[in-house]
Amino acid sequence: MKISKEKFGQSFDALTADYQIIAPIADVNGVNYQVVKNFSEVKQDYLNSKLPPKSFLFPQHEKLLSYKKEGKDVIVKNELKVGKTVLFGIRPCDAKGMLLLDKVFKNDAYTDPYYFERRDNTVVIGVACNKIAPTCFCSSMGISPSSSEGSDIFLIDLGDSYQVEAVTEKGKAIAASLVELVELTTEEQAQVDTIKNAQTTSKVDVATITSKLGTMFNHAYWDTLQEKCIGCNACSFSCPTCHCFDISEEVRKNEGTRVRTWDGCMSPLFTLHGSGHNPRNKHEARWRQRMMHKFNYFVQNNGDIACVGCGRCIKSCPVNLDIRQAIDGVNKAELVVE
Amino acid sequence: MEQNPYIPIKMRLAKNLVETEDRNINTFTLEFLNKEDEENFKYMPGQFAELSAFGYGEAPFGIATSPTEPGVLKFSVAKVGCVSNALHLMEEGTMVGVRGPMGNYYPLEEFKGKNLVIIGGGFAFTTLRSLAVYMLDEKHRGDYGDITVIYGARNPGLLLYKDELAEWENNPNINLVTTIDRPAEGWTKHVGFIPSITEQIAPSSVDTYAVVCGPPAMIKFTLPVLEKLNFPPERIYTSLEMRMKCGLGICGRCNIGTEYVCKDGPVFSMAQLKELPNEY
Ligand SMILES: Cc1cc2nc3c(=O)[nH]c(=O)nc-3n(C[C@H](O)[C@H](O)[C@H](O)COP(=O)(O)OP(=O)(O)OC[C@H]3O[C@@H](n4cnc5c(N)ncnc54)[C@H](O)[C@@H]3O)c2cc1C
Ligand code: SF4
Ligand code: SF4
Ligand code: FES
Repeated sequence: MKISKEKFGQSFDALTADYQIIAPIADVNGVNYQVVKNFSEVKQDYLNSKLPPKSFLFPQHEKLLSYKKEGKDVIVKNELKVGKTVLFGIRPCDAKGMLLLDKVFKNDAYTDPYYFERRDNTVVIGVACNKIAPTCFCSSMGISPSSSEGSDIFLIDLGDSYQVEAVTEKGKAIAASLVELVELTTEEQAQVDTIKNAQTTSKVDVATITSKLGTMFNHAYWDTLQEKCIGCNACSFSCPTCHCFDISEEVRKNEGTRVRTWDGCMSPLFTLHGSGHNPRNKHEARWRQRMMHKFNYFVQNNGDIACVGCGRCIKSCPVNLDIRQAIDGVNKAELVVE
Repeated sequence: MEQNPYIPIKMRLAKNLVETEDRNINTFTLEFLNKEDEENFKYMPGQFAELSAFGYGEAPFGIATSPTEPGVLKFSVAKVGCVSNALHLMEEGTMVGVRGPMGNYYPLEEFKGKNLVIIGGGFAFTTLRSLAVYMLDEKHRGDYGDITVIYGARNPGLLLYKDELAEWENNPNINLVTTIDRPAEGWTKHVGFIPSITEQIAPSSVDTYAVVCGPPAMIKFTLPVLEKLNFPPERIYTSLEMRMKCGLGICGRCNIGTEYVCKDGPVFSMAQLKELPNEY
């Protein structure tokens, strides 16, 4: 089924009454997800946003609580406030990234209320990629430029209209509010099929990376791999699956807030103990952690590789450290029998 | 929705006691403000909590009390940075934030019917105190065999819980061995590092578990001694420390391989540690 963009735009604008709508827009920094009020603001054809939309579920900086000291007493206030949100124009890699984050923010013992309040109140409208960047390699990660996994509604852009697929129950409810859904023409169906068959040209081989890494903790490869890295964390901050955070306090006189902010394992301070001991005191240990976490530990703990092949870390690294080459390097590294 | 695990409960700092001669470690006695908070805070020896000094932040500390000591929680804290300094300077009566209990605990079920050798170095003795007090409690003492505690510090002034140690000296239910690194005036007990004192005392490993906690170097040199005494890795337990933030297995800071020390630890057996990468 399809809907004309004109009609879709009307439904979209109507949704702003009940939802905050986050969608890609173009600004001086490139394409970014922001709050939009009108469908006409939305950037339709783009390769990928600079930062992933994970920040709407897990903000770069958010208040956990606030407090006020009164003499020896203190008043503590929960700062969890969440509204209904639609994330529009989400690419398949980022939608899958959210499914991976879900596994992090809920474990056998705890559910993160800040993340899941937002998650439960969010509808994801995904859009297939008609153009594929040279840095994209999602096809190697079990995703594809047109996979609907992780989206509640999935759209394929046909120029003047969208093909509409309601993926989840949540998505069906929204899809029901879209008026005048009509059948695709034969030509349009052919267009859909072409888009659905597209794959990324860039590919990596991850068939055996998990087991290979399992034998590589003490491998000399880590030493060569990290040589250029300056530990800036740009790779982690731009990654839709990275989720590590810091908790700190912002204080003014007797009042303050406790906030959490993105953090990443590429920073030397990340694991520094109060005693001065640092279990990961070298770049090689930190790059190893990055690779191990994404391609071995996460797979063991959650059953999936924690990389969706979006290529953002490749584009954002100031020294051109390319995770695809890191993967190739692991594949090629000779096994050392210990 | 279940309770928000990031929001601390408030506890009143009932006592701020200078514990060691160098004034670097204080023991804080925190009082529950109400029965409900106390009932929700069900813990076991080996667990820890995140303490908030409002205005400074949060840090994880081992719980030094045992669940057999109701009404309060005690923490012995070394002054190293922002939160620990703020706690040291705190006036009695001030509200402290507490999140927890967190992490796993010593496998007390597994210890039942067995002898225990508890080996502690420096101020890491906190959760070992919790363990010893728990087992010494009249409700539990019958569950365990001989209890031996080997506890060392650099000098006598740095030993924690001196009153309690004096009591244990005369308690037939526990065999206490204290040691200091170098001879000191008035000290008539053992002198020497924990590994060599352990070797000297040579506790039998028959039907016995060992629990070791202390600075990494102490653990590293004590393990071979225990192995020589025929303790298998499955019967040696230790507590690890990592830099922590959330304490919930979410922030991603404290992992060793696939394990999150805050959630899957901090207590691990040596057999478990042998399976993990050496990154702690
Ligand atoms: C499970 C667990 C249980 C623990 N139990 C106890 C306990 O019972 N008692 C106890 O005292 N501690 C305990 N700790 C350690 C305690 O958590 C840290 O000492 C604490 O985080 C210090 O917090 P802080 O805010 O005072 O220090 P911070 O301000 O966080 O200071 C530590 C940081 O400051 C810097 N820093 C400060 N001092 C130094 C230094 N000497 N050398 C180099 N860098 C330095 C470093 O950046 C370091 O990471 C435990 C830790 C864990 C994980
Ligand atoms: S590791 Fe790089 S390519 Fe993979 S999901 Fe993260 S940013 Fe994208
Ligand atoms: S972006 Fe590049 S330089 Fe920066 S931490 Fe990542 S790999 Fe290192
Ligand atoms: S402290 Fe956050 S994951 Fe362990």
